[in-house]
Amino acid sequence: MEKDQFILAIETSCDETAMSIIKNGCEVVSNVVASQIDSHKRFGGVVPEIASRHHIEQITIVLEETLQKANMDMNAIDAIAVTEGPGLVGALLIGVAAAKSLAFAHQKPLIGVHHIAGHIYANRLVEEFQFPLLSLVVSGGHTEIILMRDHGEFEVIGETRDDAAGEAYDKVAKTLGLPYPGGPHIDRLAQEGEDQFQFTRALLHEDSYDFSFSGLKTAVMNTLHNAKQKGQELSDVNLAASFQASVIDVLVEKTYRAAKEYGVKQLIVAGGVAANKGLRKALEEKFSAEKDLELLIPPFHLCTDNAAMIGAAASIAYEQGHRAKLDLNANPSLSLEKYAKRSKKTPV
Amino acid sequence: MKVLAIDTSNQVMSVAVLNQQEVVVDYTTNVKKNHSVRLMPAIHTAMKEAGLTPSDLDLVAVAQGPGSFTGVRIGVTTAKTMAYSLNIPIVPVSSLNIAAFNGLPFEGKICSFFDARRGRVYAGLYQSNGEELEEVWDEENILFTDWLERLKELNEKVLFISNDVSLHRETIEEVLGEQALFSPPYLNVPRAAALGYVAQKKRAVDAHQVVPNYLRLAEAEAKWLEKNQEKQNHE
Ligand SMILES: [Zn+2]
Repeated sequence: MEKDQFILAIETSCDETAMSIIKNGCEVVSNVVASQIDSHKRFGGVVPEIASRHHIEQITIVLEETLQKANMDMNAIDAIAVTEGPGLVGALLIGVAAAKSLAFAHQKPLIGVHHIAGHIYANRLVEEFQFPLLSLVVSGGHTEIILMRDHGEFEVIGETRDDAAGEAYDKVAKTLGLPYPGGPHIDRLAQEGEDQFQFTRALLHEDSYDFSFSGLKTAVMNTLHNAKQKGQELSDVNLAASFQASVIDVLVEKTYRAAKEYGVKQLIVAGGVAANKGLRKALEEKFSAEKDLELLIPPFHLCTDNAAMIGAAASIAYEQGHRAKLDLNANPSLSLEKYAKRSKKTPV
Repeated sequence: MKVLAIDTSNQVMSVAVLNQQEVVVDYTTNVKKNHSVRLMPAIHTAMKEAGLTPSDLDLVAVAQGPGSFTGVRIGVTTAKTMAYSLNIPIVPVSSLNIAAFNGLPFEGKICSFFDARRGRVYAGLYQSNGEELEEVWDEENILFTDWLERLKELNEKVLFISNDVSLHRETIEEVLGEQALFSPPYLNVPRAAALGYVAQKKRAVDAHQVVPNYLRLAEAEAKWLEKNQEKQNHE
């Protein structure tokens, strides 16, 4: 039996300061998330400068808690992993600076991780991958269908052409006067309503796996606006249900088609929107008849941003020989495919 | 006592290693380049030149701001993470104070400032006795002309130290005339060596407590406060 591998992972791409220690790529030893959501609520969204200010206040406190919960010190760590992008640049920079500082101070290898690769690898903390697999990544910043033929190989076969699904949720929630973040509120309302408005299913009949949600968002806003001008009251639950039905129909249908085309063994749902009850139910219904295709949706705390997922992705990258140098920078628009093609670097 | 000192709060990036009061390495650049990319390699080089490994360090000193929000955060994050994880003390020092140290031999008033755009500066005023600096006024983010008017009322010579002095020299001379003294350009560049030196005379701070001194609210925060104060006034 080889020696166990321990990775300390850092994630600060948005408004959570998160660190985790992952054993052998699939076991969570400790997982700490300091959320800033209360600080951003009054602005109706994440304010980048304020996010950065919170990260720097939290960074060593979260590190202490992560080590304490694992009952470990830095000597026991084999490598330091960090989200290098995509995300808010000022926020990413705090994690990257901290990771480089730890790697240097304790002479440990450094591994840069793509945030979305992390979201996908969150599932490996629950169950081993079987290739080829497909991942539907839906979050505030992302709506993508990714094909993986092997570990560390990412092929984006579909993505949003405008807003991310989560972004559309937040904007529609704001129009309905729901508090930030709006996704869970819409999901809750949608459970009580009906698809009364039958909004367009964007790009559904197009021969591509791309998405578009900005038209839908506008349609919801216009419907609300027109009703207001006529002095009519619309049902919030039906609006929410109609919006959600349109989003989910497209997500589920396109993912299903892609899964069939590529003959995948697993479908992994990742990202914050994977916590959406409506989406989970629709996917379960659609995929339940597929005997050779396993549907994987991670538990809620692994769907939202966390560092355990970064550690899980880093573990494979570490085994594959990927090392970042001390000049590692935050890359707010890092593409997953470019990341997958990165060369194996050696440290300075 | 082996000290690592880090200042990335403005365009200048300065890293120094000191052994007690003696400067071993002082690595300083004054170029418009990315601190995030260059700081760790610079620390690596400085430590290597000093023949030290991280575990040899006894103290980390860091420039705490004011300055570029991002620049300050890169230095402070690097320093506090290192100090915390190596379990050694950390001493944050005002970036303005570090700059003013270049004027230490001048026994009088020293004003250091950083340009903060739209006519504003981050400014500090210190009194030097040739050995130590004493803060005369609280550091401020202020309209430079207002700050200069206040200096004028002092009615004594003031030595200006600033890497941004060329942007404001005319204004300074207009308001203060003969009262204003200037340094040769090489003394306008803040040095981490001074930071490492002064840090050893100051009390260490718990790493968790070390945060930048921005001297300015985040814009969203300022706007929010303004709006909510207005609301309150109307109620
Ligand atoms: Zn995410």
